[in-house]
Amino acid sequence: MRNTFADTIYEAGRNDKRVAIVVADISPAGSMQKFRDEFPERFVNTGVSEQIMIGLCAGMALRGMRPFAYTIATFTFYRPFEFVRDDLCYQNLPVTVVGIGGGVAYSTLGGTHHAQEDVVLASALPNMNVLAPCDPAECREATLWCTTQERGPVYLRLGKAGEPDLTSRAVDPFVFGKLRYLRRGSDVCILAYGPITKMASDLAAKFEARGESVSLVSVHTLKPLDTEGLVAALQSHRRVVVIEETAPYALGLRVKALAWEAQARCRIDTFSLKDAFIHTYGAPGELLAAHGLDLSVIAAKLGLS
Amino acid sequence: MSFDVSAARRRCMAYRRRILDISQQVPALHAAGAFSCLEIVDVIYNELMRREIGERPRFVDSFVMSKGHGCMAQYVILEALGILTKHDLDTYCVPGGQLGCHPDYGVPGIEASTGSLGHGLGMATGMAYADRINGEDRRVYVVLSDGELQEGSTWEALQMAANLKIDNLVAFVDLNDMASLSRMSETHPAFYPVLDKLRAFGWEAVEVNGHDAGAVHDAVTRRRGDRPFVVVGRTVKGRGVSFMESIPIWHYRSPNKDEYAKAVAELSEVTS
Repeated sequence: MRNTFADTIYEAGRNDKRVAIVVADISPAGSMQKFRDEFPERFVNTGVSEQIMIGLCAGMALRGMRPFAYTIATFTFYRPFEFVRDDLCYQNLPVTVVGIGGGVAYSTLGGTHHAQEDVVLASALPNMNVLAPCDPAECREATLWCTTQERGPVYLRLGKAGEPDLTSRAVDPFVFGKLRYLRRGSDVCILAYGPITKMASDLAAKFEARGESVSLVSVHTLKPLDTEGLVAALQSHRRVVVIEETAPYALGLRVKALAWEAQARCRIDTFSLKDAFIHTYGAPGELLAAHGLDLSVIAAKLGLS
Repeated sequence: MSFDVSAARRRCMAYRRRILDISQQVPALHAAGAFSCLEIVDVIYNELMRREIGERPRFVDSFVMSKGHGCMAQYVILEALGILTKHDLDTYCVPGGQLGCHPDYGVPGIEASTGSLGHGLGMATGMAYADRINGEDRRVYVVLSDGELQEGSTWEALQMAANLKIDNLVAFVDLNDMASLSRMSETHPAFYPVLDKLRAFGWEAVEVNGHDAGAVHDAVTRRRGDRPFVVVGRTVKGRGVSFMESIPIWHYRSPNKDEYAKAVAELSEVTS
């Protein structure tokens, strides 16, 4: 997903000289290196200084530019949080705050690099838009949206690398602010966002193996949340499952609240990261499993063999 | 470059009177902090910032009040320039009015929202940088409080401005040595020396009496100009009203009727 972001931003930067990238001690590779080489003035590396990374973005946006702040999610968003809030959200500036490796993608680097809470925090900020694409193609769409949008600040939560294609045969196109049905069914609806949508897809297959008709949805826009679409999903499926690589206060919680308000009768099961720092070092799948996000564990909890 | 110092002094005396009048409309306001940077902000708006030709002043250059709580200084000057109206100042901190304790981006004449210290210089740096790479001949002026120099974010901004050689950025530090309830030189001695630190971070820096309008003006016009520039102004919090000067309680307070009368009676032109 990193590479797709870089390819897309380079392409956007060639056509629109408002697009700029501000990184905090990231060595650009691939297309981002091309961006830096071809548009050196529109690529700024602040070094290990995240507050000025955001401050510069704010100032450049005040002058009509379209800056993208870019580094590991914990550093793009947590370190300069007050600057994201006061400089970007309070002034409603069209700056994209890109967080690489949302969730626990950096599974060997420990909690300092794990953005478990980011979606929760970003969703609480007035004027903030929150996007979490599920695969490289969706990342491209989300990034392109960010380069031309007029709404305001965006938190763009990306994976790292190696995410498989999930959207090339999606039923729905990418539409900002709307649920995206990757598959449409009528019995079970699985809601997910980000790279863990792959696990949601595998879970869908398990339901289908049991003869259930399954909807698989990429909830790429966490804010503004498509509450209408979610209520429709809650009312048109027997079961709804939420899987998210985020602390337990995000989509699952919102879905339950919406179900209550809409008096929906479906069964709801939600799965998230634990509200905990887990000191398991290994492959991302191993750390996710330690958080309870494991396909067979989830399947067992849902009554699937 | 000719600079009418007497006119500046007269303007500042009128601004102090205006701020005192407004103080009677609200339970409290940041009067003393506005008084300490008044000469600086007046020089910026009336002598340094370039204007487009036209009836109402439209500035080519920009001003950011990083010391957000000092914005009463900015408001009265914008009112005098006709960018804010008397009604705006009369409805300061009242529902339906558009002016609050801290500057709000979107209000006429306000180019960035500040209020949390340590943000304005970073944004000003970004604005100045964008101007340069977009080929715009614009300068950005920014006023900081000395307390803001305690924020690490200020030093990130100072460092990056120097790294990027942003020479269309001019900063002013309102060095009144007061933070909260005490003198910084007493409670935070390692804060000083300030000038050496700024120069070590790659800025051209000079120190002048911040209430001497001529000195502030000349410092800027005589700069070398190949790197970002900062004027450290030695100032007095509450300057202009004897019983407010360097007394902590006046950080956020409105004079009562007697104090107001006394202040108005003793107001005179500040020369230093």
